[in-house]
Amino acid sequence: MARIGVFVCHCGTNIAGVVDVKRVAEYALTLPGVKYAIDYKYMCSDPGQNAIIEAVKEHKLDRIVVTACSPRMHEGTFRKAAERSGINQYMSEMANVREHDSWVHSDDKEAATLKAMKLMEMSVAKVRRSEALSKMYATVEKRALVIGGGIAGIQAALDIAEAGHKVVIVEKDPSIGGRMAQLDKTFPTLDCSACILTPKMVAASQHPNIELRVYSEVVEVNGYVGNFDIKIKKKASSVDNKKCISCGVCTLKCPSKRAQSEFDEKIAPRKAIYTPFPQAVPNKPVIDREACTFFLTGKCRICEKVCPTQAIDFNQQDEVVTEKFGAVVLATGFDIFDSNVYGEYGYGEYKDVVTSLQFERLINSSGPTEGHVVRLSDKKEPKNLVWIQCVGSRDESKGRPYCSRVCCMYTAKQAMLMKEHYPEVNCYVFYIDIRAAGKNYEEFVQKAQNEYGVIYLRGRVSKIYEKKDKLIVRGADTLSGSQVEIVADMVVLANGLEPRKDAKSLAQLFHVSYDQYGFFTELHPKLGPVETAIAGVFVAGACQACKDIPDTVAQAGAAASKVLGLFSKEKMEVEPLIAKVDPLVCSGCETCYNVCPYSAIEMEDREVSRGNLKHVAKVLDSVCKGCGACVGACYSKAVDLKGFSERQVYDQIETVTQ
Amino acid sequence: MEVKEKKLNIVGFLCNWCSYAGADLTGLGRNIYPADIKIIRIPCTGRMDPMMVIEAFHKGADGVLVSGCHPGDCHYSEGNYYWRRRYAHLKELLDFFGIDKRRFHASWVSASEGKKFAEVVKKVVTETQDWKDSNSK
Amino acid sequence: MVKLGYFPGCSLSSTAKEYDISTRIVCEDLGIELVEIPHWVCCGATSAHITSDIAANALPAKTLIWAEKNNIPITSPCSACFSRLAIAHHTMATDEEMRKDVGEVVGEEYHGGAKVLHLARVFYETYGLEALKAKVKKPLKGLKVASYYGCLMTRPPEVCDFDRIENPMFMDKTVQALGAETVKWGYKTECCGAAFSLTKKEAVLKLTGDILSDAKECGADVIVVACPLCHANLDSRQREIERKSGKKIGLPIIYISQMIGLALGYNALDMAFKKHFVDPVKVLKEKGIL
Repeated sequence: MARIGVFVCHCGTNIAGVVDVKRVAEYALTLPGVKYAIDYKYMCSDPGQNAIIEAVKEHKLDRIVVTACSPRMHEGTFRKAAERSGINQYMSEMANVREHDSWVHSDDKEAATLKAMKLMEMSVAKVRRSEALSKMYATVEKRALVIGGGIAGIQAALDIAEAGHKVVIVEKDPSIGGRMAQLDKTFPTLDCSACILTPKMVAASQHPNIELRVYSEVVEVNGYVGNFDIKIKKKASSVDNKKCISCGVCTLKCPSKRAQSEFDEKIAPRKAIYTPFPQAVPNKPVIDREACTFFLTGKCRICEKVCPTQAIDFNQQDEVVTEKFGAVVLATGFDIFDSNVYGEYGYGEYKDVVTSLQFERLINSSGPTEGHVVRLSDKKEPKNLVWIQCVGSRDESKGRPYCSRVCCMYTAKQAMLMKEHYPEVNCYVFYIDIRAAGKNYEEFVQKAQNEYGVIYLRGRVSKIYEKKDKLIVRGADTLSGSQVEIVADMVVLANGLEPRKDAKSLAQLFHVSYDQYGFFTELHPKLGPVETAIAGVFVAGACQACKDIPDTVAQAGAAASKVLGLFSKEKMEVEPLIAKVDPLVCSGCETCYNVCPYSAIEMEDREVSRGNLKHVAKVLDSVCKGCGACVGACYSKAVDLKGFSERQVYDQIETVTQ
Repeated sequence: MEVKEKKLNIVGFLCNWCSYAGADLTGLGRNIYPADIKIIRIPCTGRMDPMMVIEAFHKGADGVLVSGCHPGDCHYSEGNYYWRRRYAHLKELLDFFGIDKRRFHASWVSASEGKKFAEVVKKVVTETQDWKDSNSK
Repeated sequence: MVKLGYFPGCSLSSTAKEYDISTRIVCEDLGIELVEIPHWVCCGATSAHITSDIAANALPAKTLIWAEKNNIPITSPCSACFSRLAIAHHTMATDEEMRKDVGEVVGEEYHGGAKVLHLARVFYETYGLEALKAKVKKPLKGLKVASYYGCLMTRPPEVCDFDRIENPMFMDKTVQALGAETVKWGYKTECCGAAFSLTKKEAVLKLTGDILSDAKECGADVIVVACPLCHANLDSRQREIERKSGKKIGLPIIYISQMIGLALGYNALDMAFKKHFVDPVKVLKEKGIL
C-alpha cells in the first residue's frame, strides 16, 4: 500500500485567499493511501521544502503530492525535494490549484475549494500509480548555432566564442550587421551606430571560434537539446568566395538597374551583383538572380569579364548541409510595421511620406544621399518636417495594441539630428504619450524639446494630403483642444516594430511557440526571459519582444550564458518520461512504428518464450521524446508512456467523474 | 426556476506545451471561467486514445474538452494532426452512440492564448448546460 | 439590361429633385431599368439611427426584404440612404439577435440576401466604364472636375468594402470616362457638416468653406457629387460663405447623373440646372459643353 503525503500550499493569499486550504488538507487525509497532509504558506520556500523532506522521513512516505501552482512552474523544484528526502523524484506529483483554480475562480470560493479538493484527489490517484524511474543522460554537442547576424546574434556569438566554444552564425542576407547597420546615430548618446557596430562585426568574422554563414537559412531541424541536427541552406551567390578579392569592379560595371537596395530601404537602386553596403562582412558580393540581366535574358556576363580572379560562377547551386549543434540562439530581429495599413497617411502615394528607416538612410552620411536630407519627390531640402509616432503601435484597430518601445526615442533622435544638420528647419512631432523609460532617456527627449526646439504636439494625425508640392498634415492637438494643420515638406512615420515576416515558420521548425504577432514566446515572462519551452533553444533581441539596442545586447549576453551553462556539462540529464512496449501484448502491427514522429520505434524479432520469435516493436530510449503518439495509436494497448501511463490517466478520469 | 443547481462535471484533456500553458496564462491574466472543468495534463493530443473520451462519458462526465496546439505548431511536429483525425471520427461515433455533440469539444489554444482558453471553457460549459437542460425537460 | 430596385429617399423628391430627374433620364438612356420600390419607407438617416438600434435597422428592413424577395439589387442615389441600407444589411447579416428582434418589429424576417449599391457605384461597376464610354456623345473635354465623395460613400470600410477609404478614385474614373479631367485634391472624403445643418451653422460654413476653397485652389471648374446632402451644403451655402470670407468662389456643384447626362448630350433644361443655386450653365458654356 502506498504511503502518500499531501502538501497544500497557500502561496501567500494567491491560493489561500480563495481556496479553503485547511479543508483540502483535511479531505486529503480521508483518501486511501494518504498518510499525511499539511498546509503551509509557501511550499516552494526553503522551510516548505524542508517540511516535505522531514515528513517523508518521519512518516515513511513513498510518494508526495504538492497542491500548489502549475507544474510548469515548480515541478522541478518538488522533484528535487522528493529526491532529497530519499524517494525517487518521479514519485511526486503536483495539483495545479493556482493557475487552474484560485486565480480563475475567485468569483466562487466554495466552487474553487471543491475543485481544489478534486484536483488534489486526481493527483493522489495519479501518484498512486507512479513508478520510480531512473535518470537518463544524453551527450552535449558543444557547438552553438546563432540564427540572425544582427547585433543580438553577433553579441551572443562573441560571448559564446570567447568562452571557448564553436559558434556558427546563420544570416539570410549577404552580410551580417542587421538593422543596427542601417541606423545613423543611436539614442540617447548620439554616437554613430556604425562606429560601435562595425568593430563587433569584424571581431565576429575574425574570431577563430566563429563561423559566418551568410546568405543562408535554416531549412530543417531534428534532434533535441544537446543534439540538434540542423539543415542549413546556403543560397547560390554565384561568386566563388575563395577566389573573390573584394575589389568591387563587378558591382561597378554591372549594368542592371532593376533592383532597389534593401539596405537603403528601397530609396536607391542597387546593382544585380552587390554587397549590401560598403562595410559588409564578409565583403563578398552576391548576384541577385531576379535582377541579373544574364539570368533573365541569357546575355551580359560583364561581371565575369571584368573579374580579375575569375570568381564569378553562374552555375553555382544552392547547397544544403546538415550539422550538429548542442544549443540554438534565435536572434532574428524585427521588421517595421507596414505603413500602407494607414491609408490616411498616404504612404506609397505621396513620395515624401517616408518610413523611419528610410529617414535613417537619408540622414546617414553613408546613405544614398550622403547624409543630405532631401525630398524623394524633387530632391529639394525640406523646411518643415513632421514625425508621426505610434504608426503600428498602441493601435488596437490596426491589430497592434502594444508599445514598440523605441519609437519615442528614435523620433527624438531623428528630429535632433535634423536640427543639428539644418538648424533652420522646423520639426514637429505628433505623439500619444512619450515613453522614455531608460537610463538618460527622459533627459534626451527633454533636450530635444528644450534645447533643440523640436515642437511636440500631443495628438494623432487624421489625414495627410498633397497640395501642390506640400503635404498638408491635419491632426489634433489635444493639449490645446484644437485642430492643427501643418504645411509640411516631408513626413516621417515612426513605424512600430513587428517580428520578421518569416519568424513564424522558423518558430515552427523549432516548435518554439509564438504570440499572436509572431514574437517568440519566452519560457516565463519574468523568470525565464531568454529560454523557450524547447530545451536548448534560446531567444535574444527584438524577435522576442520590442527592445532597443542596450536591452538587446543584455539579452544576447544572457542567452549566451545559458548556452554556456548547458555546455559546462559533459552529459546532461534528460527526462525518462518515454514510451515502453510490452512485447507479450504487442501484435507487431507496426502502427506505432508508422506514427512515431521521431523514428524512435524499431521493429525486431524477439524471443518472447523459449524458441518463439515474435515480430514486435521496441522503443529506442535515447530517441524517444515521450509524446505518446504511439500510445494513442496502439490497438492492443501494448505501448505505454511513463509518467502519463494508461492507468494513471484512467484513474484521473475516474476521480473526476466520481 | 432551479437552474444549475448541480455543477457540471467536465473533463479537460490539455496538451502540456500549448493548451496547458495557455490555461496557465488564463490564470496569470486572472480571466475568470466556470469551475466545472477539471484538467488532466497530457503530453500531447497525439497521446489521446479515443477510449479515454469514451471512458469519461461512460463514467458519467457531462462534457469533455480536448485542447492542443494549433495545426502546424505541435511540439512533437504532428501529434495534433493525429488527434484531429481521431476527433473527426470520434465525434461522429459518439453521436451514433447517442452522446449529444454538444457534450464533446476540441479546440486549438496556444501558449499565448490565455483569454481564448477562458472563452473556450465558457462555450463548452454553456453548450453542455444546454444539453443538460434540454435533457431534463 | 440591368434591373435595379430604386430607393430615391426623401431628398430626391424635395431639395434634390434635379438629382432624381437626371438619374431617371440617364438610366433610361443607358438601359438601366429602375423599379421604384413600392411603398418605400424612410431609411432612418434622420434621428432614428442614433436614438434606437432597433429603429435604425427596422426602418431599412422593409426595403431590404423587398430586395431579397424579388432578388433584385437595390440602389440609392443618396449617400445617407445608401449608408443606412448597407449598414442595416451588414448588421443583420452578422448579428443574429438583432436580425430576429427586427423581424419581430417588422413582422417578417430579413435573411441577409439583399445587395445594396450606391448609384455612383452602379455607373462605375455594374454598368461599367467601357459601356459608358461607348455611350458618350459629347465628351466633357476641357472641364476640370473635383470629385467629392463625402463621408458616407466609402465608410465604414467593412460595410462599403469598395475602393480606398481615404482616397477613393471610382468617381474620378467615371468622370474621366466622360472625357473630363479630374483634379488632385485633399478634401474628397471630408465632412461637409451636413449633420449640423440646423444646429450649428458656423461649423457647417467652416467645413463646407474649406472643401470649396481647396477645390478652387486645386483648379477645379466644378465639383461633382453623388449625395443630396453634400449638394445642399456645397451649393446653397456658397453665397453665404463668399459673403463671410469676401472671396468669390463660384463653383457649380453637379450631380454625377447630371454629369453623365451632359456627356450623353442632354441640355441644361433636361438636367434641371435651374434648380441649382450656383448656376453651372455659364462655366459649361465657356467650355463648349452646352
